[in-house]
Amino acid sequence: MSEHNIQNTEEHAHDEHAGLSKSKIWQVFFILLGITVVEFIIALVILPKGMMGHTTGNVLYILLTILKAYYIVAYFMHLKFEKTGLQLALGLAFIFIIYFIVLMLIEGGYLHLHMSLHP
Amino acid sequence: MNSLSQLDQVKTTPWSGGRSPWSVEYGKIMMWFFLLSDAFTFSSLLVYYGAQRFSKFTWPDPDLVFQSIPGIVDTGAPLVFVGIMTFILIMSSVTMVLAVEAGHRMAKKEVVGWMVATIIGGFMFLGCQALEWSHLHHEGFWWGSIPAADRLQDFFVGPVSNVSALQFANLFFTITGFHGFHVFTGVLLNIIILIMAMNGTFEKRGHYLMVEKVGLYWHFVDLVWVFVFTFFYLV
Repeated sequence: MSEHNIQNTEEHAHDEHAGLSKSKIWQVFFILLGITVVEFIIALVILPKGMMGHTTGNVLYILLTILKAYYIVAYFMHLKFEKTGLQLALGLAFIFIIYFIVLMLIEGGYLHLHMSLHP
Repeated sequence: MNSLSQLDQVKTTPWSGGRSPWSVEYGKIMMWFFLLSDAFTFSSLLVYYGAQRFSKFTWPDPDLVFQSIPGIVDTGAPLVFVGIMTFILIMSSVTMVLAVEAGHRMAKKEVVGWMVATIIGGFMFLGCQALEWSHLHHEGFWWGSIPAADRLQDFFVGPVSNVSALQFANLFFTITGFHGFHVFTGVLLNIIILIMAMNGTFEKRGHYLMVEKVGLYWHFVDLVWVFVFTFFYLV
């Protein structure tokens, strides 16, 4: 058993990181920086000038945030290069988080409606 | 040997035992499981924040609350300081990946260099957060306390609500505090790893997997900040 572990470790330390070179790291960094800059442009230029509604802005913020999260998890945390089984095991759990978020936002929206109808 | 039945033959498929089916080292997979549970903890806080914010008629406007750069200007610079903080954290995430990459090449000096850069980034972020907290504290926000009614008007675009301001204050300090605690823990772990790398522990071990494991944690802290940043400062 321990021999197997050692073998795995060595295998791992040599093969699996071929996917992420220095240039790729900097590329991901500039993508993350670029997305953040876009968020700032929305917050400081587009929304104050009224070129876009606040709801649209919020939807855009959340989409851009999820995109950033994807790049961090896939490249920096290296999940893109792991086995499909591990990707699924970790990825599917996040569906529950999204489910909870949607649930509680609906609940919050209901409370809001309820309180404006019956103050 | 002919009597050996099919069942007795040694299986070599990934899930038949004797090796990691995902070919991930044990400590790394345990770090992933911990991070998953931590993601649930953070999301429970953020979900409560979202539900509160959705149910209220009015909420403190982030552009009005966060518009100071401590030590430079007190008003009129919305989002600039938090932009600097975000940049510092993303940057320290990059130096961490570079440390992992250097560890993969067994380049001890480079690992040490990038780890030092990561630790400096972590301390800079914590320092910025301390400045931000003390600024908000001077304005009158804290757990369970909000600015006086005449000052509170400055933080709302529409009608003023004491309940909303109180919820905002409690949730802001709890969530950024919990995140800051994670950053602090991460910096401590990074320092331990740095000392081990300098002592040549990983060189003797033959691999720099510990750097990768702590790196996973560090990127997770960055990941959480991406969400905190969006939901507190942008939305």
